[in-house]
Amino acid sequence: MRPDQEIIQRWITKDSRVLDLGCGDGTLLENIRQTKNVRGIGLEIDADKIQRCVERGINVIEQDLDKGLSNFQPDSFDTVLLAQTLQALSHPDQLIDEMLRIGRRGIVTFPNFGNWKSRLYLSTKGRMPVSKFMPHAWYDTPNIHFCTVKDFDALCAQKNIRILERRVVDLKHEGSVSMRLLPNLLGEIALYHIARG
Amino acid sequence: MTKQHVSQETRTEHSFAADSVGLVTPALYHFDEPLELRSGKTLNAYDLMVETYGELNAARSNAILICHALSGDHHAAGYHSVDDKKPGWWDSAIGPGKAIDTAKFFVVALNNLGGCAGSTGPTSIDPATGKPFGPDFPVVTVRDWVKSQHRLMQRLGISKWAAVVGGSLGGMQVQRWAISYPQCVANAVCIASAPKLSAQNIAFNEVARYSITSDPNFHDGRYLEHNTYPKQGLMLARMVGHITYLSDSAMRAKFGSASAELESTTRGNLGRDLRSGKLSFGLNVDFEVESYLHYQGERFSANFDANSYLLMTKALDYFDPSVDFGGDLAKAFENSDCKFFLVSFSTDWRFPPERSRELVETLLRAGREVTYLEVEADQGHDAFLMPLPRYVDALRGYLNNALEETTRDAS
Repeated sequence: MRPDQEIIQRWITKDSRVLDLGCGDGTLLENIRQTKNVRGIGLEIDADKIQRCVERGINVIEQDLDKGLSNFQPDSFDTVLLAQTLQALSHPDQLIDEMLRIGRRGIVTFPNFGNWKSRLYLSTKGRMPVSKFMPHAWYDTPNIHFCTVKDFDALCAQKNIRILERRVVDLKHEGSVSMRLLPNLLGEIALYHIARG
Repeated sequence: MTKQHVSQETRTEHSFAADSVGLVTPALYHFDEPLELRSGKTLNAYDLMVETYGELNAARSNAILICHALSGDHHAAGYHSVDDKKPGWWDSAIGPGKAIDTAKFFVVALNNLGGCAGSTGPTSIDPATGKPFGPDFPVVTVRDWVKSQHRLMQRLGISKWAAVVGGSLGGMQVQRWAISYPQCVANAVCIASAPKLSAQNIAFNEVARYSITSDPNFHDGRYLEHNTYPKQGLMLARMVGHITYLSDSAMRAKFGSASAELESTTRGNLGRDLRSGKLSFGLNVDFEVESYLHYQGERFSANFDANSYLLMTKALDYFDPSVDFGGDLAKAFENSDCKFFLVSFSTDWRFPPERSRELVETLLRAGREVTYLEVEADQGHDAFLMPLPRYVDALRGYLNNALEETTRDAS
């Protein structure tokens, strides 16, 4: 299992209810159904990925996150998950509010734009970073709201969101001591376990 | 090769596609136990006309119930004779290898009470009078239908449906199953449906009803005793209904083939094909769409009983399972124990996606497991009967997984 998924799984309690925003083909929900007996529902808009969820018996609702989550009741899930989707949302800040309205806890993961590679790319080439990991040009990228670890820390502080745990890993989804010391500089993927303040 | 040989070969091998259930024979089930209806009236005895496809497995765990919509019946798939031009109403989805795979599932379809395809209804003889029930046939509701379907289930020796499946009014029966018999349903498949009708829906139904009851041949519903039937009224009812089943875009495409070249111009295709290439400057049928509606109305009026049509539209209007739960539909679904699979279609304006989303929200509020697809389709409400790849693949994927889950749970 990928270390980032391992971290996410560790944050999810047994027999809980999980809402996965942008659940993709349902891999994570299937894993935590097997390992944690989780009752999960995923939201997705990609037809092929929805089909994959349906075939493996993962509950999936075709719903655009940018149109809000008003159809979900407060406190109706134990954990609301947003994996690698934050940067593609129109209003990421509002969605995080919604996550913590619907769930007691939230898990957010995103690519850390503060990583030294992005900084180096921008400072030496003077152009928006394009890499294997983030292969889009600035004009056609779905990733319209990049942020850094520091940015996300600041948003949580501003919203009085409690950070239960923060982890960063590299693109191989592995962590290290130096990454713990300099998360914003060395971390490539950030993982946050959050709760209402 | 003798002639006889040829026809036999045709019958067994060549007439039907490999994914067709082929020739099917309906069976009549008689029930003597009185059925108390929602209205307070009672049907002392009744018949249900039933068709089944596929084989019930040893564990009796692979049965699917198909609930029909307004004008449907028990003949959901296959052919009654080699001469039949058209197969059953949902043949696109039911058959070996199709979305509802009869090689895996035992599929049960019936004609609902009050219908006119063999189950007890207004054209049946009322034992109390020796004459057809006609307008005296009691108003039946979705709840009454599901109650009768439950008795059929017991008769067939099935204790739990792997899935109850229905579109439109059929989807309402699916909802009722999940509410009234939660222990009997593993999966509720509710397509292009709504938790209850809107004023606009009821209005269209009332136009249909009024066109029938105001036909001079209606005779207060006792037209059979007068050896006639309200043909004009039924035609008009069907014509109005048919418009609501199609979308604007579907009609443009269907009746605008000759203007296809206009698509690339700013004018676009409005579906205004003429029947004979020119205007008549009279009250004749000028446009293809008019001719089509007349044809549909004509065909329907020859095959459907007017009193049945009135009853079916009433069942639609009355459907609202929230009434027993202080108007809170989520409470109605709180005891449901099945997984739900819902589909809506983008251009359906009879039961548009918002109505299905309303159901999804309600089911979430009730803490139920839900899967929901919003399928892009041009065909309007009718899309639920069409073999649209995304829809059909999802239905197949869902049901096949459902069967695996049932088998896993059973072992």
